[in-house]
Amino acid sequence: MSILLNEQSRIVIQGITGSEGSFHAREAVAFGSKVVAGVTPGKGGTDLDGIPIYNRVIDAVEKEGANASGIYVPASFAPDAILEALEAGIKLIVCMTEGIPALEMVKVKKALKGTGSCLIGPNCPGITTPGVGKIGFMPNFIHKKGNVGVISRSGTLTYEVINMLTNLGIGQSTSVGIGGDPIVGSPFVDILELFEADPETRLVAIIGEIGGNAEEEAAEFVKNKMSKPVVGFIAGQTAPPGKRMGHAGAIISGGKGTAAEKMKAWEDAGINVVVNPADIGKKVVSILNK
Amino acid sequence: MKIHEYQAKRIFVEYGIPIPDGDVADTPEEVREITNRIGKKVVIKAQIHAGGRGKGGGVKTADSPQEAEKVAREIIGMNLVTHQTGPEGKRVKRVLVEEALDVEKELYLGIVIDRSRDQEQPVIMASEAGGMEIEEVASKSPEKIIKVGANPVGSFSSFQGRKLAYGLGMDKSIVSKASKIIEMLYRIFMEKDATLIEINPFVLTRGGELLALDAKINFDDDGLYRHPEIKGLRDLEEEEPLEIEASNTGVNYIKLDGNVGCMVNGAGLAMATMDLIKLAGGAPANFLDVGGGATAERIEKAFRILTSDKNVKAILVNIFGGILRCDRVASGVIEAASKMNLNLPMVVRLQGTNVEEGRKLLEGSNLKFEVAEGLFEAAQKVVALL
Repeated sequence: MSILLNEQSRIVIQGITGSEGSFHAREAVAFGSKVVAGVTPGKGGTDLDGIPIYNRVIDAVEKEGANASGIYVPASFAPDAILEALEAGIKLIVCMTEGIPALEMVKVKKALKGTGSCLIGPNCPGITTPGVGKIGFMPNFIHKKGNVGVISRSGTLTYEVINMLTNLGIGQSTSVGIGGDPIVGSPFVDILELFEADPETRLVAIIGEIGGNAEEEAAEFVKNKMSKPVVGFIAGQTAPPGKRMGHAGAIISGGKGTAAEKMKAWEDAGINVVVNPADIGKKVVSILNK
Repeated sequence: MKIHEYQAKRIFVEYGIPIPDGDVADTPEEVREITNRIGKKVVIKAQIHAGGRGKGGGVKTADSPQEAEKVAREIIGMNLVTHQTGPEGKRVKRVLVEEALDVEKELYLGIVIDRSRDQEQPVIMASEAGGMEIEEVASKSPEKIIKVGANPVGSFSSFQGRKLAYGLGMDKSIVSKASKIIEMLYRIFMEKDATLIEINPFVLTRGGELLALDAKINFDDDGLYRHPEIKGLRDLEEEEPLEIEASNTGVNYIKLDGNVGCMVNGAGLAMATMDLIKLAGGAPANFLDVGGGATAERIEKAFRILTSDKNVKAILVNIFGGILRCDRVASGVIEAASKMNLNLPMVVRLQGTNVEEGRKLLEGSNLKFEVAEGLFEAAQKVVALL
């Protein structure tokens, strides 16, 4: 088992004819993902390496049985693409797009409520379930099938952690990049909940960063609802206040959202916090060997 | 993106939110003329992108045009230091001259996007404790802040305004006026892609008028593409020159106080790299994310930006190659370093796709690099070079 992405997932790539979309669709296929369709309005009837392309997401659902979507469209079109997937009944929507205005995401989240569909991202590297497939652009070679769940707000730092685990012989059940924006489809808690319920996952590695309160909410969940061990790291211990550190959501505002506060919340919740990101792998090993 | 108080007030006027009579001035002479026209006691306020201006000596009153001119001479050109400017302060180029009001009550109004899971929407806040830092009120007496969540799907409903206005203890004669102002603030927030709006203080005068005595609006950088009129309000002189240059080239750069320059791909890894430098006993000179498509050209620009900071004594390049191949990065680094005659000590750590090819290229070049494999090893090596 795994979370979100499994053997039943049939993926449609929205924006498949763009340079990002086509490149990552091919990478996903090389990784073994079931990419069953692509969507680009106006390009319906063509194909990418034999993957049929449609004008509308609903066509990909009805004709190819698509139930998961990966979105690679520019920021000004991405909220519409998410809503289209939602309306077509897609249950897992993963949006890689960076730069969507926060207020657009506020509206998208209201639309998602109560639908039973799950949005990952935006501004994220996607999801990978080793042995099954991926949606997004995590590099193919870093993964190994196993029992550690990985959740993170960043991209390359997540690859570092996954790679570190793989090099130590520790595989992953699923790795999820939730995205670096202030409002994301699925904050930490939603994913922790899934890992807690997943029989395959024995431990969760979580990588947070400055800004917002998703880490504090995760702490609350871990403290009250989580039985599995959690190892955590917070990036931005040296970040100055009031400055946006690359990610739209990574900003200390009004003295709130500092790494120190978040690390304290995690420690109080029983999360195994490492101060040095290079120690994440070692910490995971030591807990799994206990 | 931040704007000045006088710019925020012009937006308020467009939306019918009352502000004191006044105008903006670049010279003491203009200040005198404006005061003359207003014809009463005025307040002269320094226009910089930072709070705490009053305490720093950037806000003063004057009873006559002559006095206003004299006060303006002190403020315009001064280096204003507040708790938000840092010790170096900010030079005042411009002041806002406004009529002094007969204030009965100082209140607070604000809108932010609440990122909590149970909100994830704009939240309008009001407080009787106006004129104070709202963060301070929030931590010391949170009961003094009234909040109402605003679902952007569906329009503003008057009850939201009434909830806040009555909550502030307002007399029923001014509740509808206050409610209208709150509605207009919310419209600005939604229509202009703001991330924060504050009126602090929002005042009630003895004459029963409600006015925005101060005004602060921050905008979502990701929303600027659809608001050219807001983009035009950007004041480049308020920003770090290196950060402007970086943003023009698609590099994410933030200047810090340390002496280890770093170049990293990805924001999370860039923050983690800063943390590692600190853990190794050094101090990062900057945050720098070269982005996904780090071409030789982009790498060269990134090097130029981070080495223009004269505090930089050593450089750490930390790249995790995914789609971006390490051999590409290595040739980019070699090309840029030789072209620029870069002679600062440097540690290069490459991980990921084509890492062996990348390392071979570095070792084969005639430039001096130290190569590191581990994350922490890289930080320790660069700190040892200082």
